[in-house]
Amino acid sequence: MDGLLGAPEPVHHHVAHGGRITRTQRHLLLPVLHAIQDRVGWVSRGALEYACRRLSIPPAEAYGVVSFYARFALEPRGEVTVHVCDDIVCQLVDAIDAPEGARRVPCLGLCDRAPATLTERFGAVYEAVQSAHPPFRQPGSKLLRRIGVVDPESIESYRDHGGFAALKRAREMGPAAIIRAVTEAGLLGRGGAAFPTGRKWQSVADQPVRPHYLVCNADESEPGTFKDRVLLENDPFALVEGMAIAAFATGCEKAYVYVRDEYPLARERVARAIKEAREHGYLDFDVEVRRGAGAYICGEETALFNSIEGKRGEPRNKPPFPVQVGLFGKPTLPNNVETLVNVIDIVNGEFGDTRLFCVSGHVLHPGVYEVAMGTPLRSLIELAGGLPPGRTMQAVLLGGAAGSFLTPEQIDVPLSFEGVREIGATLGSGAVMVFDDTAEMKQVLLRIARFFRDESCGQCVPCRVGTRRQEEILERMFSSHGDGRADVMLLSDIAQAMRDASICGLGQTAANAIASGLTQLKVLNA
Amino acid sequence: MPDVHLTIDGRDVLSREGSTILDACRGLRIDTPTLCQLDTLTPVNVCRVCVVELDGSRVLVPACSRKVEEGMKIQTDSPRVRHSRRLVLEMLASSVDMSLTSPQVHGWMGRYGAEPSRFGKVATVAQPVKIDNELYVRDYSRCILCYKCVEACGVDAQNTFAIGVAGRGFDAHISTEFDVGLPDSACVYCGNCIGVCPTGALMFKSEYDMRSAGKWDESRQTVTETVCPYCGVGCMLELHVQDNSIVKVTSPLDHSVTSGHLCVKGRFGFEFVQRRGPKS
Repeated sequence: MDGLLGAPEPVHHHVAHGGRITRTQRHLLLPVLHAIQDRVGWVSRGALEYACRRLSIPPAEAYGVVSFYARFALEPRGEVTVHVCDDIVCQLVDAIDAPEGARRVPCLGLCDRAPATLTERFGAVYEAVQSAHPPFRQPGSKLLRRIGVVDPESIESYRDHGGFAALKRAREMGPAAIIRAVTEAGLLGRGGAAFPTGRKWQSVADQPVRPHYLVCNADESEPGTFKDRVLLENDPFALVEGMAIAAFATGCEKAYVYVRDEYPLARERVARAIKEAREHGYLDFDVEVRRGAGAYICGEETALFNSIEGKRGEPRNKPPFPVQVGLFGKPTLPNNVETLVNVIDIVNGEFGDTRLFCVSGHVLHPGVYEVAMGTPLRSLIELAGGLPPGRTMQAVLLGGAAGSFLTPEQIDVPLSFEGVREIGATLGSGAVMVFDDTAEMKQVLLRIARFFRDESCGQCVPCRVGTRRQEEILERMFSSHGDGRADVMLLSDIAQAMRDASICGLGQTAANAIASGLTQLKVLNA
Repeated sequence: MPDVHLTIDGRDVLSREGSTILDACRGLRIDTPTLCQLDTLTPVNVCRVCVVELDGSRVLVPACSRKVEEGMKIQTDSPRVRHSRRLVLEMLASSVDMSLTSPQVHGWMGRYGAEPSRFGKVATVAQPVKIDNELYVRDYSRCILCYKCVEACGVDAQNTFAIGVAGRGFDAHISTEFDVGLPDSACVYCGNCIGVCPTGALMFKSEYDMRSAGKWDESRQTVTETVCPYCGVGCMLELHVQDNSIVKVTSPLDHSVTSGHLCVKGRFGFEFVQRRGPKS
């Protein structure tokens, strides 16, 4: 902790700080908590109180923060902790022999190598190791063209493959022309909400209030989604270049990359890329990598801002929108990793409107695939090798836990925003989970219900109680023998209230997959 | 300040810029349910029972915090609004003991047809009462997590920060650091958290003891207004008296000096009044 904050003042000099000093240090709470945990494996009462004294944070508030994030431990534990994923995709494959004391965790974003694990070793040197996978190439792709080709740790290698040409061109074009190009390209945000990127950039650029912040949302936690990890791990300089263009176009003085805690390699590589890019003079603004702490909700932009500010990851009510009042109350541009990488091709005049999809589950070659918008879902599944021989398809979950189930009859749907909307689905974050006839769909639905119950921040009533009731009622339905018609009605009542009255997208979508599963899949007793 | 034109339930309204939809509804005497809202606290819009339907908005919006905007068209009693209000009340009442909330809350439950029992046997926040000091008790099985006590303890009134929201999801709860007892926390016993609590989760120890003994009877209580004798600030006190003994002390929310908030002396320092004769 002292490495992060500097040596403490001598005891006789210590005064409780207030006012400006308090406000300027508050945001360091999460980095400080990580420093404590990396060193000793957990956050003790003494350590938390010391952190509070150094940062002038009330202990009750800091305790609220520490107990919010799933990855902070409040009990001592061994030097090594193994996290085993038991989420939708990983529970489909045969369980690995989890060592004693292993922690069951939600999606680790390693669905292409299920069953996934993450091993942490605490001590003077903190280490985190993800289950390994050979590098992966997809010939003929655009966004993925450098994946497995460039050396992700070498700026020369990135430059040899055309890197930073777009940034140079962008600086010649000027902010207005860049924003016009992004708007005309029709790029829609790739994080899940599909908001027009050009419009967002324009709104931030127009704000007179200073400073402007750029926040790259790399808290990819939607179950079944791992495209941003693949980009961050294998092509980190592309993100740095995309961010440099975005910051230049919208006048951002400071940027953050918020990477989920479960992506240690991605975090390390992007931090190294930022450092090298700065040394080579490509970055003229400050960029900081921030580390999440195990909270799906922090992928919601306003929860993410609160998390960077050192608070509980509770979403804020909108309006005001982030482009006006965002991080630290200032105009903020929140963009997803894939969105920012797309900007390079737009500036280079090579935008192809392709999109990354994460295909996982019962396919021969799970992984990230890039296809043109409008490609039929069937072709995407075939690209991933199709189903294992002799199996038939039971369902596809499109868009992750917040998405919806499709039946085998629906898989000719074109993968475009309009195409899937027609059948009442969304592309979401690009997760495509395939289930064959061996999958226990009731277990899948229960896992989704448990996921939302675990990940609800607990702030608003519809989501806090609704996700809990949803899980309870589903369990009751699946374990009883009745037709459950009354319970189906009850679930639909809860779903509508969550959709209508929750503060944020988590609560508003927490019933989607389950509602579509109950109508599309044969999980109810006839 | 300029006025803003909007329509609520088909009626044209002029509202001050910067005011909320709730203010406008109250101006029209539309009874809008609220739980986490209090005029003296910053809106947190977490209970969602005040939601209204706004034309052009995909989701319902919280009346308590959403500012009025020119041309808004609002419905406060549409089927969607009634549904969400009913479900919010049902969900809360299915997980929390709401028996000590105001009669108004029970009125809303009736109006929206809330039937908490229809969820069947489900998880609740039931837990033992926390009694760790002589002044007030904390019964979190009555807590609806409205955040009011946290706000009153923090920047909205007391700036003591003895409590916060800990945990998350259904397990989120109000807590001191590491759940230590109040005597070990930063609590200064101003009791402002009790003053804002809408559910009886926070309660004078005197009231709690009388309720437990079956002696609490509001119909036999009188309220005497006075000014706190301890210092020169001039806080107004409301002494709640039963059987010629002070049983609790409050201050009016709209009082210009206190806004309903007091300090430990004004709130709890009334014992000397009821000392009758020298100690034997």
